[in-house]
Amino acid sequence: MKKVVKLTVNGQPYELYIKPKTLLIEVLRDHLQLTGAKRGCETGSCGACTVILDGMAVKSCSILAIQADGGEVTTVEGLAKGNELHPLQKAFLDHGAVQCGFCTSGMLMSSKALLDENPNLDKQQIKEGIDGHICRCTGYNSIVRALTDVVKGEYKEVK
Amino acid sequence: MSKYSVIGTRVNMIGGTEKVTGNAKYTTDLTLPGMLYGKILRSPHPHAKILNFDTSKAEKMLGVKAVVTGSDTIGKKQGIWRRFPELCDEEILCRTKVRYIGDAVAAVAAIDEDTAEEALGLIKVEYETLPAVFDPMEAITEEAPQIHEGVELNINVNRHIEWGNVDDAFKECDHIREDQFVCSSQAHVCMETHCALASFDYNGKLTVWTSTQSSYYIQVLLMGMLGMREGDIRVINPYTGGGFGSKFELDSAQFCASLLSKKICRPVKIVLNREEEFTATKRRTPMYYFLKLGAKKDGTLLAKEVRVITEGGAYTAMGATALYLTGFFSSFPYKYPNYRYDGYRAYTNTEPTSAMRGFGAPQSTFVGESQLDMMAEDLGIDPFEIRRKNGMTPDYVVPGQAFIQSCGLHQCLDKIEAHVKERGKLPPNHGIGIAAYGFMSGGIFNWFDTPYSFSAAIVRINIDGKVDLFTGANEIGQGSNTTLSLICAEELGVHFDDIRIHSADTGICPPDLGAWGSRETLMNGNAVKRAAADAKAQLLEFAAAKMGVNIVYDLDIKDQWVHLVDRPERGVSYFDIVKEAIRGRDGEVIIGRGHYTPHRKGMISPAYSFGIQAAEVEVDPETGKYKLLNVTTAHDSGKVINPVGIEGQLEGAIMMAGGYGYCEDQPMHNGKILNPTIADYMMIRSLDMPETKILEIDTYEPEGPFGAKEAGEGLTNPTAGAIGNAVYKAVGVRINTLPITPEKVFRALKEKERKQKR
Repeated sequence: MKKVVKLTVNGQPYELYIKPKTLLIEVLRDHLQLTGAKRGCETGSCGACTVILDGMAVKSCSILAIQADGGEVTTVEGLAKGNELHPLQKAFLDHGAVQCGFCTSGMLMSSKALLDENPNLDKQQIKEGIDGHICRCTGYNSIVRALTDVVKGEYKEVK
Repeated sequence: MSKYSVIGTRVNMIGGTEKVTGNAKYTTDLTLPGMLYGKILRSPHPHAKILNFDTSKAEKMLGVKAVVTGSDTIGKKQGIWRRFPELCDEEILCRTKVRYIGDAVAAVAAIDEDTAEEALGLIKVEYETLPAVFDPMEAITEEAPQIHEGVELNINVNRHIEWGNVDDAFKECDHIREDQFVCSSQAHVCMETHCALASFDYNGKLTVWTSTQSSYYIQVLLMGMLGMREGDIRVINPYTGGGFGSKFELDSAQFCASLLSKKICRPVKIVLNREEEFTATKRRTPMYYFLKLGAKKDGTLLAKEVRVITEGGAYTAMGATALYLTGFFSSFPYKYPNYRYDGYRAYTNTEPTSAMRGFGAPQSTFVGESQLDMMAEDLGIDPFEIRRKNGMTPDYVVPGQAFIQSCGLHQCLDKIEAHVKERGKLPPNHGIGIAAYGFMSGGIFNWFDTPYSFSAAIVRINIDGKVDLFTGANEIGQGSNTTLSLICAEELGVHFDDIRIHSADTGICPPDLGAWGSRETLMNGNAVKRAAADAKAQLLEFAAAKMGVNIVYDLDIKDQWVHLVDRPERGVSYFDIVKEAIRGRDGEVIIGRGHYTPHRKGMISPAYSFGIQAAEVEVDPETGKYKLLNVTTAHDSGKVINPVGIEGQLEGAIMMAGGYGYCEDQPMHNGKILNPTIADYMMIRSLDMPETKILEIDTYEPEGPFGAKEAGEGLTNPTAGAIGNAVYKAVGVRINTLPITPEKVFRALKEKERKQKR
């Protein structure tokens, strides 16, 4: 028994006809070909699939697409404006906060939600904010440095 | 002009922009028209005979397009030690016997994942269970069941290393220590699980996109297992979500996807789930260590004897190499005049153990550096002093084994000692432990039996001066594409962004052994540098003629400027020379070639990194819980090519090696791994991550490109040992088994208290 779900993803409205058990990550990756969000585990414990749903960072592997019905989703593909990178993306690059890159999309989306909520995060808050994510390459400190520099205003957003 | 204009600069990682925008496509993201989804059925038994397969129900299920079992293979066993047929012991799809929980027995290709998963449930495999053995110490007894036919006492491999006269030397020692240690397993936990998309076409050609550390190895191993010709198989390595030693052997996703695709000529993708990743791939080799160390009163180390038994799991994998390297690196980084190693690898009915970042050296460094601190304490010598007294120096020969050229160990000791002194008196229950280490810059081993050079590169200069660099090196997140492009640009005298790198596609790149053993910077770096030098020489021939220079002058290119080395202002544009050189050669494009195989560099590696690490912990004596506060490292990796890359390697290694020391473990019950999820497998997360600091060392390795050597795995070696020594300094308890969990510290503290009361 399929259901109709309406979602706005990165500003684009979609109407999808899906099985009720379909996860949000499956809609994004398999139906919309937005493969930036990754599947790293089946237990909601790695954070690689994180996207922003109605302003909140959510693990898209742990939420049904029908639960997001009518919602607005931002994925990593919606972060840059045209070919101009978001400050977080620039900071991640400059600080070497990206290695294999598999956790990066989730890490960026959590970071964005964190900064949207509190643009003046301190170091401890940043560490707490990304503690739900596994990065097996960088050791996190470069990610914390990248976020710190964004908080400090070293990277300006293009309006 | 400064000596170098490109290497050593801070650049954004190649491919980084694609990664931060979500645009980078990993194997797991790929789809092809008509693609099917594959799933693998695995053994629930640790040891059993396969009596019968019945796939008829699964084959009839709607949506299922192909089912394969061991009966569909050509019956070969594979292994990465190809020179030794007896060590090629893994069928991947088992035909008559399963040897661990997770061994693959069948695979299905269907129109979607759900259908494939459901079909697995319809396959009937009839087993006759056999007695199993899980502990390597039990596996090597007469009573243990035999896991591989004809392998007595389940001893898979043994290795012996010896120099000097150990027995005589022990007689001369003032003090001898004998200690035992146990090193646990560890999971790689690559964020991208093992996966492959295989497409076999009606022309008989197979293309495999896969998450791998060595496209070349996978190509050759598939050739053997499928009975195909090497040239009919093309392996492409898209963006790859980590490797850490887990992805340079042929895995079940690659083999099953290829076999299924070959059966029906349709593309098949298999992505292992996280539980399979934990239980049915490979893992770090657990080791049981017996150490005997003898010294003079003044701290001079005279002799060391090392005996190791490793838990091999069900198959050889890269475990034979880990067994050898842990033996060699047990002597590191010290000048033992007398040394003996005996290592045995036992087959067990557990997930196979193999390579993981550091390759046996994190184990040997943990045990060796723990015991060295114990020896220093017995003798009343400072830990820095005993390391300084015995540490390797430049141009040292390890008897019969290795020749060390550059060695910055003593510089590292000075820097770390100054750092510890600067820290001053520590608060109560704090401790700083140190560990010294070294590692190879790629191995001089050819058990794979490649007829090709170890590394190769091709540089093609286009009419507009842009450069295409082709290399077999695999970029897995460690940054080899960036490092190699920096080397290419420096040698050729162009800018970093003039280079476009094409890597690890066996269809277009020359073969390279891949990203393991910390080999890419030195080995592939040398090949790239030579290819760039070859292309440059071709350009300079034209430049010399055009400029009409006296033959006593040397020409070079730097910053896109072709010039006289002694008169840099006299020159011409690189872009003009490229155009004219191509025109002058009847339009033939400029192609430079380079290759590298180490020669006359001993038996282990062409060059070695060295370093010292200091870890500071704070222990709560009530609970045994401790916090890793700060890890400071002085690492000698020769000339730094890619500074951003090194910082990343260092901090990442501390997360991984700190986890090995602190919390990562894979407990088992009757061969079943009990924590096969990221929720249950404890790793260091951002809140537990210590502050990290690098102290720079200036050395130059004559064998490396521009003086560079490894900076990948060596950094994984010291942390567990430094943590162990730090905990001891903080609260006076010595933990001899990894991981050093708070629970173990708590129990040891209680035991210490009891003893003191008596």
